Amino acid sequence: MESGENLNADFESVSESSGITIRLDAFEGPLDLLLHMIKKEEIDIWNIPIAHITEQYLQYLQIMKDLNINVAGEWLMMAATLIYIKSRMLVPQEKADEALPEDEDPRNELVYQLLEHQKFKNAAEMLYTREEVENAIWNKPPADVLEDGNEVVAVTLFDLLRAFSEVVQRFESQRVLEVDQEEITIEQKIQDIRSRFLVHDKMLFSSFFGEARSKRHLIVIFLALLELVRLHEVWLYQKKAFEEIQICKVKETV
Amino acid sequence: MQAIMEAVIYVADDPVKPEQFREVFPDESLETLDRALKSMVENFNARPGGMMIREVAGGYRMTTRPEHHEQIRAYLKTRPNAKLSMAALETLAVIAYKQPVTLAEILAIRGKKSSTALQTLLERKLVAIQGRKPVVGRPILYGTSREFLIHFGLKNLSDLPTLEEFAQMAGEQL
Repeated sequence: MESGENLNADFESVSESSGITIRLDAFEGPLDLLLHMIKKEEIDIWNIPIAHITEQYLQYLQIMKDLNINVAGEWLMMAATLIYIKSRMLVPQEKADEALPEDEDPRNELVYQLLEHQKFKNAAEMLYTREEVENAIWNKPPADVLEDGNEVVAVTLFDLLRAFSEVVQRFESQRVLEVDQEEITIEQKIQDIRSRFLVHDKMLFSSFFGEARSKRHLIVIFLALLELVRLHEVWLYQKKAFEEIQICKVKETV
Repeated sequence: MQAIMEAVIYVADDPVKPEQFREVFPDESLETLDRALKSMVENFNARPGGMMIREVAGGYRMTTRPEHHEQIRAYLKTRPNAKLSMAALETLAVIAYKQPVTLAEILAIRGKKSSTALQTLLERKLVAIQGRKPVVGRPILYGTSREFLIHFGLKNLSDLPTLEEFAQMAGEQL
């Protein structure tokens, strides 16, 4: 099969010159591969020779298998879809499923999927170009970098636990009396913290627990804070490792 | 007033929004501030200096001009920033145009798993969680952040070309 040989040659020349992984990066998913084949052979998207494309697609899969590349489930799904469409195309129109309207081409769904995918590939290209331009522009580095010339350091779970145990110790050493206030829930506390971050952009971890009147209250605040970190609403950082932890609001979404 | 505005934009870390100048000029109306700001930016950008003021993410920020990037890089001795991979950019494009969107919806459009790309985008704070979809399983909804606008030099989301333009391109390409 002539086209099959071209395909193999194509693949081999690429794998020799630049390594096969690069090639597979280019075809990140089955839709990318199909688009590539369609463009390369200048196939009319509204009239895809499905038998030919299916055969080529399966050859690619075989090559990937031969190279011991782990073929993800979506590749096999697409193979199944192609084979299904091919079989539908072989059924004479009159005997086809009567529920389908006559003009329903079994390829349509795949075509729309390909067009949709190409559309977002174009949008991604636009973002790529914009990023190129932005990379050629500098603004003033943010204050955190200016202050000590160091990037901020991410906070580990251990830093966080240590800081919290310090808060608890301080609370115990200066506690006057432990009042059992009304029970405050984590949900309430989350709302409370959110409203505090409407006013402040960042806060010190140690000053975060000032209002607490009981150990239980401390723990509720701590858990609420962890939940907000998990939801990516706030993030925690240090200027340097083992320094005071800062809590910073994640920039609001637009 | 315009000179002060220029200076404030210079010292600011983030793009300065017109309403933020109310803190500086409490007696002026937003309309007056907006007009003064626009005329200052126009004058500033009309002169052939090394800096310019750009409208980004609903505010104004002072930056170097792109045409000097090679010389600036030579001075700073830096290489271009780590760029986003094509997979990350594609995922980001889907999120930008379809937001708020779930991971399953991204998968449907891209035809492949996108969780690694999404993780990168969350770490770089270009994408943020916008809540949960009120359907079975309550999947997380993702959208773009203010950082996204800044990173790509966009005034706001409607500054992006429309999806129809890309659809038309796709029609011509295929």
